[in-house]
Amino acid sequence: MSATLPTGHRRIDQLEMRGIVKRFPGVLAVDHVDFDVCSGEIHALLGENGAGKSTLMKMLYGLYQQDEGVVRLNNAEVRIRSPHDAIQNGVGMIHQHFMLVPSLTVAENIALGMKSSRGWRLDLDLVSKRIRELSERYNLKVEPDIPTWQLAVGEQQRVEILRALYRGAALLILDEPTAVLTPQEVDDLFVILKKMTADGHALIFISHKLHEVLAISQRVTVLRDGRRVDTIPTEGATRLKLAEMMVGRPVVLEYERPEVTVYSDRLQVRNVSALNDRGEVGLRELSLSVAGGEIVGVAGVSGNGQHEMAQVIAGLRPLTGGKIEINGQDVTGRSPSVVRKMGVAYIPEERMIDGVVKDFTVAENLVLHDHGRKPFVSQRIFMNFKAIRDACQEAIRAYEIKTPGPDVPIKNLSGGNIQKLVLARELARQPQLLIAAQPTRGVDIGATEYIHRQLLKERARGTAILLISEDLDEIRALSDRIVVMYEGQIMGIVPGKDVNIRQLGAMMAGTPLDKVAEMS
Amino acid sequence: MIEQLLAPSVFAAAMRLATPYLFASLGEMFGQRSGVLNLGVDGTMLMGAFFGFYTVMITESLLLGVLAALITGLIMGLVTAFISVTLKAEQGISGIGIYLFGLGMSELLYQRLIGTPKSVSGFSNIYIPGLSDIEFLGIGEIFFRHNLLVYVAFALVPVSAFILNRTPFGLMIRAAGQNPQAADAMGVNVTRVRYITVMIGGMMAGLAGASLSIALLKVFQQNLTSGLGFIAVALVYFGRWRPLGILIGAMLFSVVQAIQLQISAIGIDIPSEFAVMLPYVITIIALVFASKRMEKPTALTKPFERGES
Repeated sequence: MSATLPTGHRRIDQLEMRGIVKRFPGVLAVDHVDFDVCSGEIHALLGENGAGKSTLMKMLYGLYQQDEGVVRLNNAEVRIRSPHDAIQNGVGMIHQHFMLVPSLTVAENIALGMKSSRGWRLDLDLVSKRIRELSERYNLKVEPDIPTWQLAVGEQQRVEILRALYRGAALLILDEPTAVLTPQEVDDLFVILKKMTADGHALIFISHKLHEVLAISQRVTVLRDGRRVDTIPTEGATRLKLAEMMVGRPVVLEYERPEVTVYSDRLQVRNVSALNDRGEVGLRELSLSVAGGEIVGVAGVSGNGQHEMAQVIAGLRPLTGGKIEINGQDVTGRSPSVVRKMGVAYIPEERMIDGVVKDFTVAENLVLHDHGRKPFVSQRIFMNFKAIRDACQEAIRAYEIKTPGPDVPIKNLSGGNIQKLVLARELARQPQLLIAAQPTRGVDIGATEYIHRQLLKERARGTAILLISEDLDEIRALSDRIVVMYEGQIMGIVPGKDVNIRQLGAMMAGTPLDKVAEMS
Repeated sequence: MIEQLLAPSVFAAAMRLATPYLFASLGEMFGQRSGVLNLGVDGTMLMGAFFGFYTVMITESLLLGVLAALITGLIMGLVTAFISVTLKAEQGISGIGIYLFGLGMSELLYQRLIGTPKSVSGFSNIYIPGLSDIEFLGIGEIFFRHNLLVYVAFALVPVSAFILNRTPFGLMIRAAGQNPQAADAMGVNVTRVRYITVMIGGMMAGLAGASLSIALLKVFQQNLTSGLGFIAVALVYFGRWRPLGILIGAMLFSVVQAIQLQISAIGIDIPSEFAVMLPYVITIIALVFASKRMEKPTALTKPFERGES
């Protein structure tokens, strides 16, 4: 019989996964992986997209079944066949996409799927009372009676953690928990996590952000291509070492940014307003400019207008006010095709939806825009497939795209290689202005490095680049100037050199630059 | 003339006319709140109407008639759930299949087993002692002189609201319809929840049919419902997936219908087609202008797949 936690639930002294194997059709997703975590410990699980981190953890949480291997909890073998089994065994999980039902209140979300103490009637008052106790103890401020769709992302995450604690999670799996948080919110989360481990909880922290792993964990396990590379103590590990373990070869984390000639403003956005998909104001009186040879990074927590801004500039979303000029010419309200003819290239945020037609071949996707132009047509109406295929072969070689050939459906390629193809298509037009929205999201380190180098090459060529990213490291590594957005407005514009991360964080949380300057 | 059109008897008729709508729509609401659209309600109603009627005709027992309608609806609901939930078929199309099956099957059974138009005595009105005598505004006549099924249908409005909002099962229904992945991750058996709601919906559609054939009209003929089940589906949207909204919608419909019947009864010469159209026009307008409320089950018509998000 093991000890109990302050939440009153049974403690998990040790959980062990041994020889875990998971096969999907055609893929060995997890290949004989061993993993363990102890009470009071944060064990980080590090790896690139597709390395098998999430798959491994989904097995622990009963969302998948392993094909081989055993799970031992406090030295007793357990079979976890469903999330219900996992919860029964004290295993909780905070998913990357939050698992909340928007119309339900915080208390209802937490009561969902649990037995009511009043049998067939809900006991939401008791649930709320217990929520308040737990939120007090772990400093997880949240109001039980508010519908969760009204909550900010950080608050939603607190609800998720509360729910796991409420259900007696002694072991908590956190799947990329910092992806949607501001730096301050990350700090708050880390305080909460430390409090939990001090109380004897065991935590598994899935991430691909090296500095966070170094800051919070006691041990790190690195996965690559479904195999465990190694498990090492965090103390003594470095970013470079972890990155090399992840990728399997030496990597570069910082780039040289040579001084380049800066031309005149290529893009002028003046007082632009627009609605978001829900019909609310998404952009308010936004103004910014990008010059040739300059990378302007747009930072901000997801959903603060970055997406709308990229679409407005690309001509994909109507404006409700303001003006957009490209090379001094007014393109306000013009169609995407006109905007593209002005020399604008666009790497969209959702590459599988807006970037490529996933059932088309690699070659077809390469000429999605230029298919009507020479040399891809002959006699004005017939497509010249040979020219298209040749151009594709050339792009595959130049951009190091890993594909069996030009004629396979693009959906068979990895995220990084699809993104390289989008990049090849957009850069082939020698753009004046490049809008790159989340260019490396879900892309492995190797491809990320490649894409970054291409962006810097374009900068040196004199292209104006608007880089929209939720990855602050990426923004800081590449940008000449950094724009921070919050609720559709610009909080401030700062030089990219020697930027103060706390300052950025404060702006991302909604404090304008002048106020931030006053505070410090 | 206005007095004739707004007589208590007209509103009393509206209460009776609302009964099949309430049964069918409230049942359909449970399915939709859990994420399953069943367009085959009308077919299930026809089957329920037939078996309810036939059982009463043979056994002369109203209780057995109601039971037969419920069981018929349950079986139709089970089939619907199997097609929509287990086989994950396109719900809009498979619902039409269910409807056509019910339409054809009930007609075939009617021709083989009954043949010529017959009627049954069916449910008689129950006067609620005391209350049915209230003269003021005709309250007694409007509300308290109806057959048992009318009372049951109206009682189901608050009962449904209670189940949906105040019970753990209601919570599971709402979660399954809005974020089934979340419900699954919280240990809710989404498949089971959807099966149950669709079967409840089937039973209530069966009862809706019986309320026509053994209480309201007391006859059975081919296509007895004449598309009433489709209106019931529309009413769920109209009512924004809430029992009170459905009640308002059902009453709006049935009051207009009752007035229209009265118009032809007192022989006013305006094309009755206009009055018949009116409720549908109102529904379309209401659907166009309806705000995007958070109650909407966003996973409606989407089959559930574990691990996909």
